[in-house]
Amino acid sequence: MNRIGYYIREGVDSIFNHGLISFTTICVILACLLIMGSFASVAVNVNHIIGNLEDQVSILAFVDEKWTEQEARSLEKEIMAIDNVAAVTFVTRSQALDEFLQQQEDSPLFDEVEPTILRDRYLVYLKDVGLMAGTQNRLSEIPGIASVNAHLGIAQGMVAVRRIVNVVSVVMIALLMVVSVFIMANTLRLAAFTRRNEVAIVRMIGATNSFIRGPFNVEGMILGLTGSLIAYLAQWLIYITVTGRIAASSLSFLEIVPFSVLALPMLACFLAIGLLVAIFGSRIAIRNYMRI
Amino acid sequence: MISLEHVYKSYENGTPAIEDVSFAMDDGEFAFLVGPSGSGKTTIIKLLTGEIASTEGRVVVNGYDMGTISRRRLPALRRTLGVIFQDFRLIDNRNVYENVALAMHVYGARNSEIKKRVPYVLGLVGLEGRMRDMPKELSGGEQQRVAIARALANNPRTIIADEPTGNIDPELSAELMKLLSKISEQGTTMLVVTHEHDLVNQFAKRVIRIVNGRLASDSKGWYQA
Ligand SMILES: Nc1ncnc2c1ncn2[C@@H]1O[C@H](COP(=O)(O)OP(=O)(O)OP(=O)(O)O)[C@@H](O)[C@H]1O
Ligand SMILES: [Mg+2]
Repeated sequence: MNRIGYYIREGVDSIFNHGLISFTTICVILACLLIMGSFASVAVNVNHIIGNLEDQVSILAFVDEKWTEQEARSLEKEIMAIDNVAAVTFVTRSQALDEFLQQQEDSPLFDEVEPTILRDRYLVYLKDVGLMAGTQNRLSEIPGIASVNAHLGIAQGMVAVRRIVNVVSVVMIALLMVVSVFIMANTLRLAAFTRRNEVAIVRMIGATNSFIRGPFNVEGMILGLTGSLIAYLAQWLIYITVTGRIAASSLSFLEIVPFSVLALPMLACFLAIGLLVAIFGSRIAIRNYMRI
Repeated sequence: MISLEHVYKSYENGTPAIEDVSFAMDDGEFAFLVGPSGSGKTTIIKLLTGEIASTEGRVVVNGYDMGTISRRRLPALRRTLGVIFQDFRLIDNRNVYENVALAMHVYGARNSEIKKRVPYVLGLVGLEGRMRDMPKELSGGEQQRVAIARALANNPRTIIADEPTGNIDPELSAELMKLLSKISEQGTTMLVVTHEHDLVNQFAKRVIRIVNGRLASDSKGWYQA
């Protein structure tokens, strides 16, 4: 029995001395991590899907019809100079008309041609859809741009959905972390109570705080990491099952992030959370025993 | 090195246990601390180990001022001491070997050292054959000897013994006292609380006598109750 051996032996003994409570602790941490992981998975996918959609959102900037095509083309530099512009595509009025006619092929009536059809235009793609209104203003200020057509509502909707999903996940994760730490602290407090006699004795013969914490840290880490690993495997299973269902359903157009992309970061996060919960839990649990 | 200067201690309930006690011990010195039951001997020992703090006065142990020592430094002070507690304080779910080995782990000793040293110190107190026994399988005197072995394990600078032979028969008591005396001759400061006049008189060492919480005498030689 060396020092580390002592910590491990004590930690493991303690786990089995109150087996049911240890088991419950692992289950609670497992459940918390699964909920955290599920929220995070949803958030990652929502961000991914909306991100893809946002890349396709564009503003239509119409050039004054009195401008020649060459003059109109010269505006590209000025548009690109706006901060939030990611890319632009120039569309001539004849290209636009062709497209329009193609769309109208089936319907015999196209006498009501919009006046904008006679204008050259730019399709402007944005870096951040949330800043669409500002970019729209900047575009309309450019001399030669006659009007700007932006779907602000859609942009705001996308931004709002993203924000809500992110905020909810962060809040849930923080909340569940607190719950996990609390449960862990309670279990280790019981462990400390069981070992209080020994703690008092080793303290009297010169044990440092870290020596006294050792076994509790080991116990916490074993419980936390066991919870993490099981949660990770379960999360994996849940993820591929749910995404498999989605792919086979009418929602198959959604572009889901494959688990392989999430696997490593998720494992790292789960293990890190397991460890953090163990460390904080044990600090809180034996605070009182450090004052002897 | 131990020094008490005008030390007072009243317990929370108001009992004045120690009043104006002063004495000092040099490194390597041997002294008996004697006095009637309830006179304050264990209180003095608790002041020396930092288990309680003095109400007034200065207590210095191996260079640590017990009045100002921080909680972080306390373990370092305690590792300079080998304490034999009046109530033994053995860990009841660990066997004899582990009880002694744990003190060495606390000290930071190497495994190889522990494996050699634990049987050796248990041999000194005559318990080499009981290493795998649990404390509750031992008699009071045997438990006390485990406590002695544990205090010796780290070869501490100072040994503080609160009635180390209180539960041991006279012959073995004399043996163990000789052992402590021999260890002290090698430079360990040794403060031994005892009730046994015969033993004290037999050794002709310094005797610090406490009566009713006050220093009654401090002289070399023997005493009568
Ligand atoms: N924790 C405590 N709270 C209140 N009073 C205490 C406490 N410990 C000891 N006392 C009182 O302090 C006085 C001195 O006690 P102490 O234990 O130092 O005596 P002692 O000399 O060691 O006695 P003994 O020889 O019986 O071990 C006694 O009157 C005792 O009742
Ligand atoms: Mg006493």
